[in-house]
Amino acid sequence: MDVFQVFIELAQSTVRVSTPLILAALAGLFTERAGVFDIGLEGKMLGGAFAAGCVAYVTQSVAMGLLAAVLVSVLLSLVHGYASITQRGSQIVSGVAINFVVAGSTVILGEAWFRQGGRTPALSADGRFGTITLPFADSLREVPVLGPLYSGLLSGHSLLTYLAFLMVPASWWVLYRTRFGLRLRAVGENPGAVDTAGISVIWLRYRAVICCGILCGIAGAYLSLAANAGFTKGMTAGKGYIALAALIFAKWRPTNILFACLLFGFLDAFAIRYQSFAFPLIGKVPVQLMQALPYILTVILLAGFIGKAIPPKAGGVPYVKER
Amino acid sequence: MSELAIELKGIDKSFGLVHANRDINLKVRKGTIHGIIGENGAGKSTLMSILYGFYQADRGTIEIDGRKVDIRDPNAAIAAGIGMVHQHFMLVENFTVLENVMLGAEESQILNAGITKARAELKRLEKEYALEVDPDAVIEELPVGLQQRVEILKALYRKADILILDEPTGVLTPAEADHLFRILGQLKAEGKTVILITHKLREIMAITDAVSVMRRGEMVATRVTKETSVEELAELMVGRRVLLRVEKGEAKPADIKLSVKNLTVRDSRGVTMVDDVSFDIRAGEIVGIAGVAGNGQSELMEAISGIRRAASGSVTLAGRPVDVTGHADPAELRKRGLAHVPEDRHHVGLVLPFEESENAILGYHDDPKYRNGFLLDIDAIRADAEEKIAAYDIRPPNARLKTANFSGGNQQKIVLAREMERDPQVLIIGQPTRGVDVGAIEFIHKRIIGMRDQGKAVLLVSVELDEIRALSDRILVMFAGRVVGERTPDASEGELGLLMAGVEGRKEAAE
Repeated sequence: MDVFQVFIELAQSTVRVSTPLILAALAGLFTERAGVFDIGLEGKMLGGAFAAGCVAYVTQSVAMGLLAAVLVSVLLSLVHGYASITQRGSQIVSGVAINFVVAGSTVILGEAWFRQGGRTPALSADGRFGTITLPFADSLREVPVLGPLYSGLLSGHSLLTYLAFLMVPASWWVLYRTRFGLRLRAVGENPGAVDTAGISVIWLRYRAVICCGILCGIAGAYLSLAANAGFTKGMTAGKGYIALAALIFAKWRPTNILFACLLFGFLDAFAIRYQSFAFPLIGKVPVQLMQALPYILTVILLAGFIGKAIPPKAGGVPYVKER
Repeated sequence: MSELAIELKGIDKSFGLVHANRDINLKVRKGTIHGIIGENGAGKSTLMSILYGFYQADRGTIEIDGRKVDIRDPNAAIAAGIGMVHQHFMLVENFTVLENVMLGAEESQILNAGITKARAELKRLEKEYALEVDPDAVIEELPVGLQQRVEILKALYRKADILILDEPTGVLTPAEADHLFRILGQLKAEGKTVILITHKLREIMAITDAVSVMRRGEMVATRVTKETSVEELAELMVGRRVLLRVEKGEAKPADIKLSVKNLTVRDSRGVTMVDDVSFDIRAGEIVGIAGVAGNGQSELMEAISGIRRAASGSVTLAGRPVDVTGHADPAELRKRGLAHVPEDRHHVGLVLPFEESENAILGYHDDPKYRNGFLLDIDAIRADAEEKIAAYDIRPPNARLKTANFSGGNQQKIVLAREMERDPQVLIIGQPTRGVDVGAIEFIHKRIIGMRDQGKAVLLVSVELDEIRALSDRILVMFAGRVVGERTPDASEGELGLLMAGVEGRKEAAE
C-alpha cells in the first residue's frame, strides 16, 4: 500500500507539472503544423504568466487574469506572425527576440509597478484557480485501489489542468476532422498547393499563430494563477523549450504530445520529490544532478532515441510565390 | 455562346526591368487542344500564371466564353472554370489523393460530409475519364504519372472547362506521356479546352489542333498544327534557322578509356540505386544512358566521378583503377583526365553569385597557370575566361559579370568550356541541354560530337530521348538501377520507351 500511495502522489504531481507543457506543446503544434516554427513558446508563456499575475492582483479576478494572459500572448504571437509571415523574416530570430524581450521586460515592469524584485504581489484565493474536487471524491477515498485513483489522482486539480488534458483530443479533432485543420496541415507541407487551391496562405498561417498564442497564454496563466500564487521572474524556467522538445519527440502528433509531456513531467516530478534519493549501487547523487535530469533526458532523446522525426516540409520557410 | 474559350487582348506584364509579356493577344477555340511553345524565359509560364490569377497583368483584358473577367486570384480563375496542372505538382505529399482533391473545395467546416461526397464524385470522374487512382493512396507513394493524374482530377473536381498543363511530360516515361495524351484527347472529346505548354515540338505536332509560338515575351505566331512543320516552329521559336539534328560521321572507337564493372551504389538510406552495372567506353565514341529521371543515372555518374562512394564494383580510368569503393578523390580524377559536367549546374556545377571568370576555373584553381605564389593570378584567370567566352560564344561576353545573370544556356556553356578545355580523356556529361534554349542546344551538341571526333570517350546521360538518339553511338537503358538493355541509335523510340519503362527489360532478363 505504501508503494501504491507513493505512486499516486508521484502521478498526481506529474499531472500538475505536465499541464503547462501540454498546453505549450499543443500551441507549438498549431503553428509548426502550419509551417511557422516557433521557438518563442517560452517567451509567450512567460508574458502570459506576468500579465495574469498583474491583472489578477489588480482586479482580484481570476477570469480577468486569464483573459489578460491570453491577450498578451496572442499579441506576442502576432508580432512573431508579422515578422515571419508578412515580412518573411527568420522565424528563429523572431522567436528568440520575443524570448529575450519578454524575459527582460517582465522584470523591469514588475519592479516598476510593484517594487517586489520583479515579482507580482501574492494573490489571494479570489485571484487564483482553486482545485476542483470531483463529485463523491471524499466519500470514495476509502474504496481500495479505485478510491485513491479517483480521489487522489483524478480529483483535486485546477480547471486549467482538466482543460489542458481535454485540449489533446480537441486539437486532434480540429487538425484531422475539420476544414481548418486540413488546410492548416496542408499549408505546413506545401503552401503552393494551398495558394493554387484559392486559399490565402498568409491568413491561414496567421490563424494558426493566433491559436498558438491562446494556448500559450493559458499555459502562462496556469503558472502564475494555479501552480503558484503570483508571478516570479523567469518562472517558466525553460518549460517552453521542454515543450518544444516534447513536440519534436512526439513527431508533431497530438496523442504523442500527451505522452511526451507526461514523460517529461514525470521526470520533473521525480526530481522534485527525490532530491536526495539514494540510487542502488551509486548512492546519493547531488540535488543539482536530479534537477538537471529532465534536461539531460531531453538531449538524449532528441539526439537519437526517437528515430527520424520528419518536421512539416514547409516549416521555417516563408512563403514566396515563385516567379 | 462564343466560339472562343479564351481570348487575351493586349496582356502586358513586367517584373522590374524584365518585360515578361509584351502586348500578348491569344485566341483559343473551345473544345480544342492549343499548344503554346517557346524557349525558356519566353514568357509562357508568366502568361499562364496571369490567366490563373497568380499574377496580375499590368495591362490587357481576359475574356472567358466571350465574357470579360477580372481574374484577381486563383479563386477567381477556378470560378471562371480554369484549372491548372503545374510543372511542379501542387500536391501535399503526405495527404491522401482524396484529401488533395478536396483541399480548398471542402464544402463544410467539418470534413465528414464532404469526404463522402468527394469520394462519390471522384468515382464518377474516374469512370468518365478513365483516370483510375486509389482515393486513399498517399501521394508520396504514387509514381509521378499517377500524381499528375491527381492534379488533373483536382481540376475536374472543381468543374474546370479549361485545363492548362505546364510542361506535363517532363517527368513522364514515353508510355506515361502517351497515356496522358489519350486522357487529353478524351477531355477534348467531352468538350473541354486544353492548353498545353511545352518546349517539345514533337508533342505539339502529335496532339494539338493549333499552336502559338512565344519568343522573348511576345506572341510571334499562331498556326493550325496541320499546316505547319517542326522546322517552321523551331525557326519561329528561335528567330533563325536551326539544325534540329546535328550531323555526325561514323564513330572510330579505339582503346577502352573507361571501364565500369559490377558497380553497385546505395543512397544514404541504404536503398540500392545502381545495381551491378557494367560497361566500357572507348576513345572516340559516345555512350548514351537513357532512362526516366531517378533510375540511378545520377548516382552512377556521381560514383564514377568520385563524388559518391560505391558499395562494390570497380572502375578503371585509362587503364588505372579508381578507388570508387574507398576514397576516390574527385580532384585527383580530374588530374587523371576525367572531366565531369554535372546534371545540376546550379547546385554542383557553378557558384551562382561568383563572377563568370571565377566559375570558369572552379575546381582547377590550384593549377599553376592560375597561381601567383599562393595568391590567385587574377589577370591570368580573366584572360583565360575571355578566351573561353570567345570560343564558346558565351553572352554577354563579360568575364566579370555575376554568373546568376547569365541565361541557362550560357551558364551551361560556362561549365562546358571549363571541362572541355581541360583536354580530358573521358568526359561525363549529365543533362547537357536541360533548361537550355534551342539555339544553344545545337551548339552544345556540335561540341559534344567534336569531343568524340578528337578521340575522347564520352558518357552522356540525359532524360531527353531525342538527345540520346541524336548523339550516342551506343545506347544503354537504365531502369531501377540496372542496365536493362543496349541498343544502337537507330532503335525505334517505342522500343527504347518500353525498356525505359522496365517492360522489355524484365522479359530480356528472364530469357
